[in-house]
Amino acid sequence: MSGTLATAAAPEAAAGREHTAPAPVWPAAVLSLVLTALAAVAGLAALASLHGLIGHTGAVAGTLLVLLGAVMLLPVLFPLNALRSGRRRGALLATGDLTGARAAASVGREQAHTGLGYALAVIIAAMLLAFATTNDGAISKTFLRGKFIEEAWRNVTKAFLVNVEVAVGAQVCVLVVGLLIAVMRLLPGPAGRPLRLIAILYVDVFRAIPSIIVLYLVGFGLSLAQVPVVKDLSPMWLAIMALTLTYSGYVAEVYRAGIESIHPSQWSAARSLGLSYGMTLRTVIIPQAVRRIVPPLLNDFVGLQKDTALIGVMGVTDAFTQARLTASNVFNLSPVIVVAALFVVITIPQARFVDRLLAREQNRTGRSA
Amino acid sequence: MSFLEVRDVHKSYGDTEVLKGVSLEVARHEVVCLIGASGSGKSTLLRCINALEPISAGDIRVDGDVVSGRGVDVNRLRRNVGMVFQSYNLFPHMTVLRNITVAPTKVGGIGRDEAEQRALGLLDRVGMKDRALSYPDALSGGQQQRVAIVRALASDPQVLLLDEITAALDPELVGDVLAIVRELAQDGLTMLLATHEMGFAREVASQVCFLHQGRILERGTPAQVFEDPQQDRTRQFLARVLTAGRL
Repeated sequence: MSGTLATAAAPEAAAGREHTAPAPVWPAAVLSLVLTALAAVAGLAALASLHGLIGHTGAVAGTLLVLLGAVMLLPVLFPLNALRSGRRRGALLATGDLTGARAAASVGREQAHTGLGYALAVIIAAMLLAFATTNDGAISKTFLRGKFIEEAWRNVTKAFLVNVEVAVGAQVCVLVVGLLIAVMRLLPGPAGRPLRLIAILYVDVFRAIPSIIVLYLVGFGLSLAQVPVVKDLSPMWLAIMALTLTYSGYVAEVYRAGIESIHPSQWSAARSLGLSYGMTLRTVIIPQAVRRIVPPLLNDFVGLQKDTALIGVMGVTDAFTQARLTASNVFNLSPVIVVAALFVVITIPQARFVDRLLAREQNRTGRSA
Repeated sequence: MSFLEVRDVHKSYGDTEVLKGVSLEVARHEVVCLIGASGSGKSTLLRCINALEPISAGDIRVDGDVVSGRGVDVNRLRRNVGMVFQSYNLFPHMTVLRNITVAPTKVGGIGRDEAEQRALGLLDRVGMKDRALSYPDALSGGQQQRVAIVRALASDPQVLLLDEITAALDPELVGDVLAIVRELAQDGLTMLLATHEMGFAREVASQVCFLHQGRILERGTPAQVFEDPQQDRTRQFLARVLTAGRL
């Protein structure tokens, strides 16, 4: 095949004509074929190892294994299609149909590349599967033992409510405190200077200290020092306080970036209407800024949620603490996987929610960008 | 007795002096047009009058009261002096109606219902009543500028500053906006406008001022300035405008 194509392409290239023949498809197709075949072999080997681990295979599991095997073989179809397109390209070239040949070659190359993409994905999946089944399944036995997961999930989920409460409490506080600090940092004139400096200092300090240290210091230090009011707070409130201290620094910077991103002409317009500085900030600038900072805000909120797994250091029994207790009892990490899964489960809906908010905002204001 | 007085105003940004001693008087019911090339200081002068920019020297009086410098209640001043901008500057997160009522309700002490009634009446005058509940981004440039004019009028200003309000508009939308300004001029509203629309300036202005490099080089009635300019700079500017087909 290659010989005829080369001779067909060469004279036109030599003539320097605009209508050059398309490059041959077969190199990409062959590479794709080799890799998809390799991926299929790796995938089947991993499945075989999984089959050996399960031992006696029921009807359902058996069917599933066969289906998985079929899926791992499927990418081979792409390079086969590519080779067919390559032949078509040759045939069209022979009849002098350059446009058709170019189209066929393009289709062929795309098929070959698609095969490559799927082959790499199958190889990654096979590696993960091999990792999970290695050592006689030691990995999956350590992390994914159904029995322990079943035993632990009720307690862990109940303890997870503490994480959720602390997260929501801290998030509400952070929204308020962060905005206050951001506004403080933006106060104008010499009168605002001392407050600006305090706000800068706050952000510098609390963004620098690891949240686990703030939790530790607030959790034990404040009650140790018998600080009035605070010493009588429950550990959960102390946790909310500590996380608020840390994350207000981050969120203040997000607010500030949002406020500063509003075009100065909005200030001009509002002030020219007689609105005062504070009124402009409140009714014109902050409402627009808040819409812009929702995505980065969610980023910080997810970070905050994850840091609730640290509140164990101050003696609050959260999901992670509970899971570790169970895990050390049964000498297996499956309960901890439950906590990890719970965090994933509560985070994904928030991301989708923000997507929807943004989409709705775009529809409402009729903005296309 | 002039209503708006600008006396020997200087304004610098850092080392660049943008206004080099501008004096100007606008009597009640007068329409004064500022013409001149880009960068001649027209917009800066308007922004200084509305106290959006502090001035470096000189003073500005509205109705006999000094409104420049320290100790001036800028928010009260701005309620008497409305301003419309080249790029409309509507608030994108508010409906057209809210854009117009926000200042009267927040600082004018007018109830929301009354403010909305008045806003709808004004919108009707400019042919935008049916878009009262739209958001600015859904409107054309000409429509947005008409709303911006209404927004400035809603505070009942005694003088209106218009900063090249048709410069950002597509040519076919300019007419609608100018028609409104013409109508306001006929109603006797005091206006000071920076404009590139020479034909319009000639038609509505009672006084035309030609600014060049931060100074008013020539002033007079439209007939004097456009038909018999005394200064070379004015003649050159008008010739350039003429070749660009704007007169």
